[in-house]
Amino acid sequence: MTQQHKRQSDTKMVPVPSHSIVPERDVDKRPVLETRHLGVEFGGLKAVEDFNLTIGQTEIAGLIGPNGAGKTTVFNLLTKVYQPTTGVVILDGKDTAGMNAVQANKLGIARTFQNIRLFGNMTVEENVRIGLHNQVKYGMFSGIFRLPAYWKQEKKQHEKALELLSIFDMQGMAQYRAGSLPYGAQRRLEIVRALATHPKLLLLDEPAAGMNPHETEELMENIIKIRDRFQIAVMLIEHDMNLVMGICEGICVLNYGRIIAKGTASEIQQNPTVIEAYLGKRKEGRA
Amino acid sequence: MSMSMRKKRAIGGLVTYLMVIAAYLVCQYLLATGGMTRSLRGQLVPICVWVVMAVSLNLVVGVSGELSLGHAGFMSVGAFSGIVASGWMLGAFQLENEVVRLLLSMIVGGVFAGIAGVLIGIPVLRLRGDYLAIVTLAFGEIIRNVINCLYISIDQGRLHFAFNDSNIPGELLVSGPKGGVGIDTIATFGMGFTLILFTLFVVQNLVNSRSGRAIMATRDSRIAAESVGINITKYKMMAFVTSAVLAGMAGALYGLNFSTVAASKFKFDTSILVLVFVVLGGIGSIRGSIIAATLLTILPEVLRAFSDYRMLVYAVVLIVVMLATNSPFLSVRLQRVKALLRRRNTNPGKEGEAA
Repeated sequence: MTQQHKRQSDTKMVPVPSHSIVPERDVDKRPVLETRHLGVEFGGLKAVEDFNLTIGQTEIAGLIGPNGAGKTTVFNLLTKVYQPTTGVVILDGKDTAGMNAVQANKLGIARTFQNIRLFGNMTVEENVRIGLHNQVKYGMFSGIFRLPAYWKQEKKQHEKALELLSIFDMQGMAQYRAGSLPYGAQRRLEIVRALATHPKLLLLDEPAAGMNPHETEELMENIIKIRDRFQIAVMLIEHDMNLVMGICEGICVLNYGRIIAKGTASEIQQNPTVIEAYLGKRKEGRA
Repeated sequence: MSMSMRKKRAIGGLVTYLMVIAAYLVCQYLLATGGMTRSLRGQLVPICVWVVMAVSLNLVVGVSGELSLGHAGFMSVGAFSGIVASGWMLGAFQLENEVVRLLLSMIVGGVFAGIAGVLIGIPVLRLRGDYLAIVTLAFGEIIRNVINCLYISIDQGRLHFAFNDSNIPGELLVSGPKGGVGIDTIATFGMGFTLILFTLFVVQNLVNSRSGRAIMATRDSRIAAESVGINITKYKMMAFVTSAVLAGMAGALYGLNFSTVAASKFKFDTSILVLVFVVLGGIGSIRGSIIAATLLTILPEVLRAFSDYRMLVYAVVLIVVMLATNSPFLSVRLQRVKALLRRRNTNPGKEGEAA
């Protein structure tokens, strides 16, 4: 397992048939996500077009691009908030055509949101418990009439919720109102809630937005920790280049809804198209 | 020393139970000592009914966040199926025990209202916001108009149904526009009180369970709830049908409290009346619903002379509340008052000095 990603990921990336690259360790395993010619149109406007990507089972992938490039739209397509007009999304070997967001989540995709969407009036623990909705179950009648299943599963939910919160050292905040948490903690809570659904692929939409450099550094370590502990893939949208270049193994650059480059951090940094489109017209492309 | 929200909520639920039990005991005391006027005594069962109606509508409006304007429709389904069930049990099985008959009638009323809730919920819960409100309103009116044409009679223990035709054999139980006739008034205050406790038990326990959290999640953020795998329609439906069942039980109790009940009792005004209880009591606040329903049922009785203006006053109050909650001018002042009260509450020493 790769241990140090301090400045730049040193994972060896290898090409796969679908014009993508995945980490060498994942090449013999079924990719967690595969998209082919994925695209969506809104009233004639092609927001995303011909999006092809493969993500390995334990890969940390980055999706970057200028504002309005269609990054969040890609997330919405992958999580089935939008239905694609063209192409397919294959999640863990299963075609998601015709599925809705709930079915996609059950298949193993979970996400956070760019503009935080927590259940602000509920406690931190309750937010995680909602994430555990399909993991620790009991029926409505057990809930109303407080049957043994209620007590057993509530206890289990409580324990699991605290265990998940401990990833970010947030057990102490379990009883706080989620909406009252500081911004960074709210972002972390969203990640915990998404993790609670037991995903195979975790999508993070600008996880470091609003965090200070110290918090961002911690977040980077935590993302790697999550990947190693749960053995899942992570795909993130981020504008913080230190974070993207620091932990992302495969990076995909989007501009005007199209992929303009794919590769490792160092390849992306030296790609002239990327430098022109994203980082501006400069000789040296380090942001 | 901040108490955890969980504990606070548990205590809040307990306080609501205690409040209801205390009110019941006070009423029993007044009844025993003869300290209650005749007209107020007649309002005891209706108060219980409106409290249950308000709490059950709060489950839809406050907890699941959908505006339903057809709650009286479910009440009317419950009332008439309860009336028929009671008449049938008396006619077919000579079931004389009033408590058992009332209880079974209420269960029948709840079941039928629940079925109506499922049938209406399937198309209605695909809609959102204003559209949902409009369609529930229409369904409430449809139910009322259907019952307006319904004739049900009992002849030698067998029920006969007819539509727009009063020539059916036997004794009429439901007689078209006249509604339920010759009802055996078996509703009791004790059963009303029990129904309130049952409603509180169901609603509060539901809210504090996995299903309740899912319902509230769909209310707070549809997209986020879907992203964690919560089936929105299922949980909206759960709240809607549970609410319909409780309204049906309340309806049966209401129907069996009067010797005649017409379908026109359950028109749009009644749905709005219940909504007013919920809004005035505070959307999402169960205790508020109980207090508002009680006060607004007693007040017209106490101020009998003004009861003609009741709907007018409701309209004015609703508009004022809407203006007050939306006006920045008033909300700033309201917050200031709240802050003042809070300061006083957390400073018992000062209050003592003032006293």
